[in-house]
Amino acid sequence: MKKLQAKNNPLYNFGRENFGILIGLLLLCVILTIFSPVFLSKNNILNVLRQVATNLYIACAMTMVIILGGIDLSVGSTIALSGVVTGGMIAFDGHSLVVAVIAGLLVGVAVGAFNGFLISKTTIPPFIVTLSTMNIARGASYVYTGGQPIRVMSDSFNFIGSGYVGEIPMPIIYLVIIVIISVLIMSKSRLGRHIYAVGGNPTAARFSGINNSRVLFFAYLFSGLMAAIAGVVLASRMFSGQPTAGQGAEMDAIAAVVLGGTSMSGGVGKIGGTVIGALIIGVLSNGLNLLGINSFWQYIVKGVVILIAVYVDFLKKGKKSN
Amino acid sequence: MSEKILLEMNHIRKEFPGVLALKDVSLQVQAGEVHALLGENGAGKSTLIKILGGIYSSDAGEIVIDGSVVTINSVQDAQKFGISVIHQELVLVPHMTVAENIYLGREPLKAGRFVDFKKMNDDAKHLLDSFELDIRPNEEISELTIAQQQMVEIIKALSFHAKILVMDEPTSSLSEKDVDFLFENIRKLKKAQVGIIYISHRMSELKQIADKITVIRDGEYIGTRQTHATTNDELITMMVGRQLTNYYTRTFGNPTTKVLEVKHLNAGKLLKDISFHLFSGEILGFAGLVGAGRSEVMKCIFGIDAFESGEILINGEPVVVKNPDDAMKRGIALVPESRKREALFMDQSVTYNITIKALGEFIHGIHVDNARETEITKEYVDMMEIKTPTYKQVVGNLSGGNQQKVVIGRWLATKPKILILDEPTRGVDVGAKAEIYSIMNELVKNGVAIIMISSELPEVINMSDRVVVMSNGKITGCLSREGLTQEKIMHHATQFVTT
Repeated sequence: MKKLQAKNNPLYNFGRENFGILIGLLLLCVILTIFSPVFLSKNNILNVLRQVATNLYIACAMTMVIILGGIDLSVGSTIALSGVVTGGMIAFDGHSLVVAVIAGLLVGVAVGAFNGFLISKTTIPPFIVTLSTMNIARGASYVYTGGQPIRVMSDSFNFIGSGYVGEIPMPIIYLVIIVIISVLIMSKSRLGRHIYAVGGNPTAARFSGINNSRVLFFAYLFSGLMAAIAGVVLASRMFSGQPTAGQGAEMDAIAAVVLGGTSMSGGVGKIGGTVIGALIIGVLSNGLNLLGINSFWQYIVKGVVILIAVYVDFLKKGKKSN
Repeated sequence: MSEKILLEMNHIRKEFPGVLALKDVSLQVQAGEVHALLGENGAGKSTLIKILGGIYSSDAGEIVIDGSVVTINSVQDAQKFGISVIHQELVLVPHMTVAENIYLGREPLKAGRFVDFKKMNDDAKHLLDSFELDIRPNEEISELTIAQQQMVEIIKALSFHAKILVMDEPTSSLSEKDVDFLFENIRKLKKAQVGIIYISHRMSELKQIADKITVIRDGEYIGTRQTHATTNDELITMMVGRQLTNYYTRTFGNPTTKVLEVKHLNAGKLLKDISFHLFSGEILGFAGLVGAGRSEVMKCIFGIDAFESGEILINGEPVVVKNPDDAMKRGIALVPESRKREALFMDQSVTYNITIKALGEFIHGIHVDNARETEITKEYVDMMEIKTPTYKQVVGNLSGGNQQKVVIGRWLATKPKILILDEPTRGVDVGAKAEIYSIMNELVKNGVAIIMISSELPEVINMSDRVVVMSNGKITGCLSREGLTQEKIMHHATQFVTT
């Protein structure tokens, strides 16, 4: 009864909660530093972060969705759809950049709203709803483009994904903003507490006067928007809206969330964990590239690492509950 | 009853990192006896049972079965020695049949490969018949009542040739009628010379069914009594280690201000023409059998369920309560029946669980006033006397009584004028019960109006100013405190019950 106040220092808590994966990430970095002289260079680090960025936009939203006990499989296809719409608005219709980007983002918001509406108002499981929208959005991208990439030769468009402010690449700037917003939502706002409540025990949440539908709707909407941002950034970096963009992106996001210790059954998880999870995936593929390991092997390594990390986490939690 | 000793657990000791769960506990069970294990939550009952069932192994002490010392290292070992545990939460597969559940994992085979469904059903039928149960072997588990499911579990245990049956709070989710059904079958088990270890918090039940009662407290053996030679007071004193002079605390006033009135409420087949009123500063008991519709009335008042016709008045004004949030704004709070399912966020902290309805007081936009959050938590932890090592403790790790106090604390933090408590002391140990009663008394003294749904008649009788009795969706009586007896309540409660 004496030490009623636990340590309230967020950094201390962050370190304690993510101790295992932080060590893993650190170990990975140390090994890569030893074997590859370029790994620790400023350019490489920025490169890793830039690659991690788009995955993390959607992984932040995916964390909320998974804490709510759901899943969003449609984000990969949404990346493609918002990318091709943005590209198309410029290349086909000659709209201004601003209008095109807003249109692209709205496409993502629409997909998210559609998911959110069905999931919050019907009893169709999120897996099925988003599996459907995943196919619809992918198909729509192909239909819209006729299967061909839409090329956009515009420096201002290219700046969105490839530009720099000082020495910092634009995607990293978005990343920092998105992570900060997500962390604020989850740890500081009422909405965040409600997300944990609805994910942990939906019946109890309803009995407590929480509007479960609104919370669910928000999370899928946010997820759609994040996928759209990733889509616009990727299209900009590739000078084109590509209907094949973002394939498998949902799985990378889910992997980052799971690596970060969020429970697939909902109720538990942190954005901070997801950030480390995404960094592990990013550093790993960067390292394997630097070491000249064939990209086919990289998939295998990634799969094994996820399995080991989650198993270690499982062992740790199993011990706690006994 | 035979004198043969089936099971002896001698001087069992079990230590977990940082906690001495069992210091020195002994238990002797004879063939054909029902031996109740009594103790407050956290006394070590479940640890002892888990050691017997092979889930934990003890650090010291011995287990003797049929006169020989045995080592139980796994659930399989326990089964081999004829020990079966019926857990509080049933572990049947809902969409499989009764027979499939009984023989799950050891289905009889024909041609060495295929499941012999005919033999399986015949064997199951044989077992069911021996208890004269009206259950068909090919019925799906999900179609059975909880009591029937429990019997399937018991039969499954017996089909392993169980000699020692452990029942962990078997009546916690049963109606009175189902309890009778269970007890009838327990008596049959006694005749078959099965030794039964029976865990329950309900004293009145022990009088009916237990032959002996062993009390443990804080991991220590306190004593064993013959049921007929002991009293409730003695048992309670043994359990809590001090005399609870005022188990039920109530100072009755003379309430006259109507705060809530329900008129002619109808909701489908569940509720028919429900009318009653509630005064500020009173406790209105709601008695009735499980399924009588008591919780449903409250869910209508609280805006969770819709109703077809009728009127709800708060302070004389007709209101439409749209949802629980709306109810809360009108000063109503509901502590639901099942804290696990309907109230608690088990993975979250005490603070989180207490303050989830009071977030507006310390979160403004993205600014969290941590000091205020702790202050609110402290206020209700202190008021409810919640025993927790820290406010950050995950609620799932607290005892049942403390969990219940967290839920009540959460709703008190909304400063309700009308507090609805649905089974406020279910699965709560006696010490915590007495504390909850005393808090209820404080609240009504301060003018709060309380509706208390309860299936524990002594609680209803001792705590209520008036008692509304429901049966089959209707109100069958509104009884005043004077001359209230269990028989009177039961008379009204069974009025419309057919069969």
